[in-house]
Amino acid sequence: MKAQQLLRGELEGEDLEREVEQRLLFTKFEEAQNWARKNALFPLGFGLACCAIEMITVVGSPRNDLSRFGAEVIRFSPRQADLLILSGRVSIKMAPIIRRLYEQMLEPKWVIAMGACSSSAGMFNNYAVVQGADKFLPVDVYVPGCPPRPEALIYGIMKLQDQIMGDPAMGWRERYRAEGTEEVA
Amino acid sequence: MTEQPGSMTEPLSVPYRERERSVTMEPMGEEHDELLTINIGPHHPATHGVLRLLTTLEGEIVRDVKPIIGYVHTGIEKSCEDQQYWKVIPFVERMDYLSYYFNAMAFCMAVERLLDEEVPERAQWLRVIHLELNRVASHLFWIATGALDIGAITMLWWGCRDRDLALDLFEMSGGQRFHTRYFQVGGVVEDIPPGFEEMTRAFIKTMRTRIPQYLSLLDRNEIWLQRTKGTGIVPMEDLLALGVTGPLLRATGHPWDLRKATPYSGYENFDFKVPVGTVGDNYDRFRVRVEEMLESLKIIEQALDGLPEGPYITPNRKVALPPRHELATSMEALIHHFKLVTEGFRVPPGETYAAIESPRGELGCYVLADGSAKPARVHMRDPSFVNLQALPVMARDHLLADFIACVAMLDPILGGVDR
Amino acid sequence: MPDATGLELIAQRVREKVGDEAVTGTLYYRRHATLDVAPSSVRDVIAYLRDGEDEPWERLMSVHGVDYLPEEPRLGVHYELLSMERADRLNVRTRVGTDEPRVPSVVDLHPTADFQEREVFDMFGVVFDGHPDMRRILMPEDYEGYPQRRDFPMGGEPVIYTFNEPKLPRWYD
Repeated sequence: MKAQQLLRGELEGEDLEREVEQRLLFTKFEEAQNWARKNALFPLGFGLACCAIEMITVVGSPRNDLSRFGAEVIRFSPRQADLLILSGRVSIKMAPIIRRLYEQMLEPKWVIAMGACSSSAGMFNNYAVVQGADKFLPVDVYVPGCPPRPEALIYGIMKLQDQIMGDPAMGWRERYRAEGTEEVA
Repeated sequence: MTEQPGSMTEPLSVPYRERERSVTMEPMGEEHDELLTINIGPHHPATHGVLRLLTTLEGEIVRDVKPIIGYVHTGIEKSCEDQQYWKVIPFVERMDYLSYYFNAMAFCMAVERLLDEEVPERAQWLRVIHLELNRVASHLFWIATGALDIGAITMLWWGCRDRDLALDLFEMSGGQRFHTRYFQVGGVVEDIPPGFEEMTRAFIKTMRTRIPQYLSLLDRNEIWLQRTKGTGIVPMEDLLALGVTGPLLRATGHPWDLRKATPYSGYENFDFKVPVGTVGDNYDRFRVRVEEMLESLKIIEQALDGLPEGPYITPNRKVALPPRHELATSMEALIHHFKLVTEGFRVPPGETYAAIESPRGELGCYVLADGSAKPARVHMRDPSFVNLQALPVMARDHLLADFIACVAMLDPILGGVDR
Repeated sequence: MPDATGLELIAQRVREKVGDEAVTGTLYYRRHATLDVAPSSVRDVIAYLRDGEDEPWERLMSVHGVDYLPEEPRLGVHYELLSMERADRLNVRTRVGTDEPRVPSVVDLHPTADFQEREVFDMFGVVFDGHPDMRRILMPEDYEGYPQRRDFPMGGEPVIYTFNEPKLPRWYD
């Protein structure tokens, strides 16, 4: 009732002041946009190895539940997802495919390197594993562990949400001195 | 083919079920060139991991499928040549990443055979408890994702929920939910804590009520039965020629189980049955695995009832670390500890092959030792690698949806396939 | 596992039926029986063990390769045979050198060897004559080198400690 009157411009004086204090929230458009983005992450359903089992446990187990944070909807098509959780060891045969998937995702997109193997090749310092996914992808959050506990992954996603609230571009190009590597596609 | 449904001449005289059967599975003849080769994976919701399947379809029917693997090849076997024997255990655990205790067990059995080392009885029974718990956890995850592929999405939540209970038990004894490095050469790394037995018994009781719930959800579901019964049948001789072992072979009626045929680590003391199927279709594979879960619970209960007292790792200090309280008093213990941690134990030259029964089949480990502290070659004969060769035979002349059900019931773990 | 005398009897029967130069030796170590076979007669020996014996070894469980560097001949191929009736295992081993790494394939006898022989080819470079699809299976198709040979470098990155941190090139320089 009061909200209707407010919108129609019928409230005056003290009523108007009280209504505005209680019911309206002022914010910048970017903040509202970031708030919506961080609470509705769509992870790409992508699992490579043992960390994928923990990721499925995070999404699918009633104990550690990712839908509390809004990231429940797992889309399997990269065009519809915006969070790539790299769970598992990245072998040299798989790296170009992951790069292609990443390029197919639409902006804004984020990458979580889950586990030791995707952050830095973990214990596999050999010919067959790419030594860290950040060799070919910009990574936003690294979650250590082999495999990380579900709580650790959720903490990583929460940190990512904080980062999104801060700045979606997050200055990674400046941090990695990657000027000139913008995707042309 | 048949009459057009709803055509002017014969409106509804063809019964409904007849009209459904208008497309046969027969190949449509050589002049029919509608073969379409598509690429399923490596990024796909229904492949269990990064498996790439080059599928040749004719309409909706799969004519040929070629699995292409190697997308998660980590060079584990080569890395193992650079590590001491006890450092190999974490590497080897990460091969078949759902049944991590089994990988460690196969390797430890091979090295113990090379060292001619006796594992104390308590360690053997503890190993059996953890192996069977891992079997239950692996089958729970299989049923969670397999039913998800076929469409019964509730099983994902239920399977993961109960699997969390098993992982709690692993965390109690080993410190970590996954890849616990609990098995060492000569026994287990530490004794079970107080309260483990109680929690395991509670877990067994819970599972005994939950598994009939799963069956009541799936087994009497008309959709599930129609999708799994009669699909993916491979005759037993073909499977034997392809080297397939495990629940796939037992579903066809062949009762080959390494726990009964060549008992290892104290399995001969337990009384359990080996479930076998009759026809060998996807329904039999599903039932065999669910029954195996119940039998594993029986084994765990018997092991807890009769757990003997004694050391949990071999007392041979040249192979196993001495307990920490001895380090303060005994000089030799200190020297042994130092040698084992820095250099590791040496294994006399020789080679051996040890095989155990993992949830997917025969898991074998070949170790070549050359007298130094590092193995010269470690090779795991992974069951998923060999079982994957049965996929083209299983999927021939099936609809695409049944083919996905075949992949789900085959239970490949790509970490083991690619190593 | 046949014991040492059983292994000798098997070796003798194989020598009689297949050929004298087929079996080059036997080895029995820690209850693991190995029959050493010349590379060219591997297929005949495995065919005989599957069909000709009174107590046949009808299942092939594993084909794997080993690099015995520095012993010559360097590359070894192991065939793990299993008999389900007797729950018995036998290992047939053959050795080839890197100059002529050709072994006849047993795919027609045991279809299970399909992927496994491809893996031995991929990792060690042993070519199996008669295999329908001799390609790399685990490494990318255009990879050069045979990774699990012992003189192939381990690869990877050098581990960064404080003493070599300034000297190693970093990717962002």
